[in-house]
Amino acid sequence: MSVTTAVGLAVVWPLIGVALVLLFRRWPNLREAGSLLTSGSLFALVAGVVLPFVQAGGRPRIDLVEILPGLELAFEVEPLGMLFALVASGLWIVTTVYSIGYMRGHNEENQTRFYACFALAIAGAVGVAFAANVFTLFVFYEAITLSTYPLVTHSGTEAAKRAGRVYLGILMGTSVAFLLLALVWTYWAVGTTDFRVGGILAGKVSHRELIILLALYVFGTGKAALMPFHRWLPAAMVAPTPVSALLHAVAVVKAGVFTVLKILVYVFGIDLLAATGASRWLTWVAAFTILAASIIALTKDNLKARLAYSTVSQLSYIVLGGALATSAGVLGGGMHIAMHAFGKITLFFCAGAILVGAHKTEISQMDGLGRRMPYTFGAFFIGSLSVIGLPPTGGSWSKWFLLLGAADAHQWTMMAVLMASSLLSIGYLMPVVARGFFRPPPVDDDHGDAEGHTPDHSAEGSGIHEAPLLCVLPPVFTAFGCIVLFFFADDVYRLLTGIVP
Amino acid sequence: MIDHLIEIVVDDLPALQIAVPLLAATLCIIARRRRTAWVIAMVVAWASFLNAMLILRRVMTEGTISYAEGGWRAPWGIELRIDSLNALVLLIVTGICAIVLTAAPRSLAQEVPRSKHYIVYAVYLLCMTGLAGMTVTGDAFNIFVFLEISSLSSYALISQGSTRRALSSAIQYLIMGTIGGTFILLGIGMIYMVTGTLNIVDMSNQLAAVGPNRAVLVALACIAVGTAIKLALFPLHIWLPNAYTYAPAVVTAFLAATATKVAYYVLLRFVFSVFGVDLAFGALRLDVVLMGLALLAMVAGSIVAIFQHDIKRMLAYSSVAQIGYMVLGLSLVSVAGLTGGIVHLFNHALMKSGLFLVMACVLLRTGSTRLEAFQGLGRRMPITMAAFVVAGLSLIGVPATVGFVSKWYLVTGAIESGHWPVAVVILVSSLLALIYIWRVVEVAYFRPAPEDAPEIGEAPLSLLGPTWLLVGATVFFGIFTSLSVGVASDAARMLLGMMP
Amino acid sequence: MFDWGLYNYWVVIFLMMAGLYVVISRSNLVKKIIGLNVFQVSVIMFYISMGKVRGGTAPIEAEGFEIYSNPLPHVLMLTAIVVGVATTALALSIVVRIHEAYDTIEEDEIRLLDEGDEP
Repeated sequence: MSVTTAVGLAVVWPLIGVALVLLFRRWPNLREAGSLLTSGSLFALVAGVVLPFVQAGGRPRIDLVEILPGLELAFEVEPLGMLFALVASGLWIVTTVYSIGYMRGHNEENQTRFYACFALAIAGAVGVAFAANVFTLFVFYEAITLSTYPLVTHSGTEAAKRAGRVYLGILMGTSVAFLLLALVWTYWAVGTTDFRVGGILAGKVSHRELIILLALYVFGTGKAALMPFHRWLPAAMVAPTPVSALLHAVAVVKAGVFTVLKILVYVFGIDLLAATGASRWLTWVAAFTILAASIIALTKDNLKARLAYSTVSQLSYIVLGGALATSAGVLGGGMHIAMHAFGKITLFFCAGAILVGAHKTEISQMDGLGRRMPYTFGAFFIGSLSVIGLPPTGGSWSKWFLLLGAADAHQWTMMAVLMASSLLSIGYLMPVVARGFFRPPPVDDDHGDAEGHTPDHSAEGSGIHEAPLLCVLPPVFTAFGCIVLFFFADDVYRLLTGIVP
Repeated sequence: MIDHLIEIVVDDLPALQIAVPLLAATLCIIARRRRTAWVIAMVVAWASFLNAMLILRRVMTEGTISYAEGGWRAPWGIELRIDSLNALVLLIVTGICAIVLTAAPRSLAQEVPRSKHYIVYAVYLLCMTGLAGMTVTGDAFNIFVFLEISSLSSYALISQGSTRRALSSAIQYLIMGTIGGTFILLGIGMIYMVTGTLNIVDMSNQLAAVGPNRAVLVALACIAVGTAIKLALFPLHIWLPNAYTYAPAVVTAFLAATATKVAYYVLLRFVFSVFGVDLAFGALRLDVVLMGLALLAMVAGSIVAIFQHDIKRMLAYSSVAQIGYMVLGLSLVSVAGLTGGIVHLFNHALMKSGLFLVMACVLLRTGSTRLEAFQGLGRRMPITMAAFVVAGLSLIGVPATVGFVSKWYLVTGAIESGHWPVAVVILVSSLLALIYIWRVVEVAYFRPAPEDAPEIGEAPLSLLGPTWLLVGATVFFGIFTSLSVGVASDAARMLLGMMP
Repeated sequence: MFDWGLYNYWVVIFLMMAGLYVVISRSNLVKKIIGLNVFQVSVIMFYISMGKVRGGTAPIEAEGFEIYSNPLPHVLMLTAIVVGVATTALALSIVVRIHEAYDTIEEDEIRLLDEGDEP
């Protein structure tokens, strides 16, 4: 098939998944097979058909429908979007496997709705990745918000409802009040909302307007979790862990920072930003978010909450990279989309495995758990290394390029911020591993947990008592992926160099 | 012979738009049987809709249609004059009339005694006659006559609600509406005094020659106030919440989508076509007044909607806010702004009638329209609630729905004229809509049905079909906008005097 | 200031304001309808008085007369009177039904009863 057809097909392909899930809702195994089949074929489509074309320099474009005069729904693939689509479709497969283990191990209800909304969210993510103009991106951005709402409020409890309100309120609120305004303003000032190499705003708006417009765009992208619009992320922790893994590695947050990067590079243009310094203030906001979120993460005992704030912090790495307005910074930010995805999804997978296998959510309860769940904690360790930015994990490369970007822009303070943040992340991630492996388990740790599940005492003693296989394999796989990315970072780098002229 | 007959019919289509429903109303009364009356009404309503589609197509290809009633030529005879603006309004009015009528029998049976249904259908047709007449005519006094026809019919329809509050709401609407109509009559009289003609085109030519003298300005003010009452523009909206809440569900669905829209059309016609931009906005500064009231309507209407317990009432206050959007489009006096206002006329009619038909479904199955009736409805009536969610998303302005299209043009219009705070208010009030819509969604999907709730099933197809037709249209016209936006921007350009 | 020649407009204004005042200030529904009628009559008077041409005779073609009063406003007002009659009839019939349902036709009492029905 032609590349352009593949591009359009990739966006609607997950909808087949939705149909299969709904069709086979009474036969769980068939239903899950449907999800797996769709995710696998989507990845094959994206990696097999579209990727080679883009790597060779092509930019396939498909125009769908003109909704309003001058505003079309169109898709055009460039390296950054390619990377995001690869990450999204690839990790969907892994998350589906994990979900099967988790949802069944935890005896969750409404699994059909879960898998269907998952597929919808991925369709939204691919749509965002391949969007050819800000308008298309906005449409699919909103689609992600709406399709992930049922996932966040999955359990249907009062807490879930309240979290859903914060989630929807902040994401919808920022996107309608700020992002839409920025979109209309851009269209009115420039005449188009197309993404173009070098940006479209040069010469069209004054310096002050540039700054305001940038602010509207960046704060309008609530999914990038820039403070003060970050509260939805910790609130969304009420969702089942596969959702957190998906939200915090793949669909939602990466769509957010991807949007910010794409707008910085293709609407504003790195050269314009460097020349006018219009994004200087953004580096400070990002820096504040990085440090503040890391400090808050240190105070959290709930593992998922700690990981949530870690994500808020890590997302601002990417925003910082873009805001530095240097090619190294942008490349570092783009690489971090992939590196952080793998690292964080590993960490969340582990958190869920710990919940299903040992019924624990608080870090203080996890002493000695590493000996009972070595694979899980081992994966957690490697994922932590990637998030901290240490070799031999992929995260070290993106950290390297971000530091380089800061140096290129002569922003020594930002370099210091990045280094400090690494230290802080050691502070909030390593204790989990350390406690798990080096502390003895507490005396009475078998009195159930927050969820009220009583643990299984059948494999007592010091034996290995891991989570279900399908919950352990994915984190091990993605941890392995972190290491693989260290060695293959060059390929990622080469893919992304197409962004910066 | 047949060809000749068809030719005559085709030529006279605009007049038939008025004459046929009028006669059919009489037939309904004569028929006396419920089913027969409904069939007559259905045939006529759908035929009128088809007629409106043909008229629109003719206007789009040939330009403005001018039809001399009785062969008496304008400006002495009464002229029916259809251009892109009223063709669009006619389309939506007849369309909503036909679609809502399809849902009527089951829903009316719950609220109105069966022996009276044939009268309800007859009065329904009379209302449609009045609304269609107001839309197609090119004569100012004719507008008043049809206005009164439609108003009187609507007062009668509203009074058919099942509670006694329907009566008090009807009399309140009657008093306010008659004052409004009389103000319009007064304004028309003053224009007649100054220009000596009642024909709209002739009036605008004469007024351009006369210029801004006090009689003309007072006439404009009277007409503006009169239409504002019929339009339910804040603060003259007081009749609307009660009237919409206590009328029978299908009557609300019909009136919410048509009565205020036609009043908006009348305002547009008088302000732009008769008086003209210089007079209305240069001499009288109507744009400032209307913009202020529109902004207040948008914010106040949405905020009050959030606190309502009866969801029909909530949707009524939401309508007040949406009418604010339409008037805001008018007050921006630019192509983008007017396009936004006119396209919102079309879009809001679809959204609101869809939402009120959902209310009819809920009322039919649960017996109540209060928020508590929605508990657990996500599971018990999934298709109905899905319609509510989709139409609600359109009200919020999610892209790929019609609500987004209107909002786009209004925000663009606001930015173009440099009214940045207005753009912000437009966006903020959409977020308010998010709050009151989501309130219902949360109750429907997160609260289980109360234990003593009877087993209920989905709404019947006769109600669900029209509901989903309208709700589906809100998505369809949100993606394939060429019809609504194309005609609306043509109309906007014409009103601003830009087209030849 | 007070031009006796324009006395017809003063009559119109007086009737209009009186009618509106009655509608607003009286709580009895029948009185409100009467006020509404007076208000409508004022506009009817306005039209009819505007039709009179100074020195004009009745608008029937006759030998020797050249100036005729304008018949059109009279025609228009025939319609308006009919509209007024229909409105009054409808209003009164609703008031009858209200009386049956509420046992009163005082607006403030009705409002109290309404609020008692349903908050």
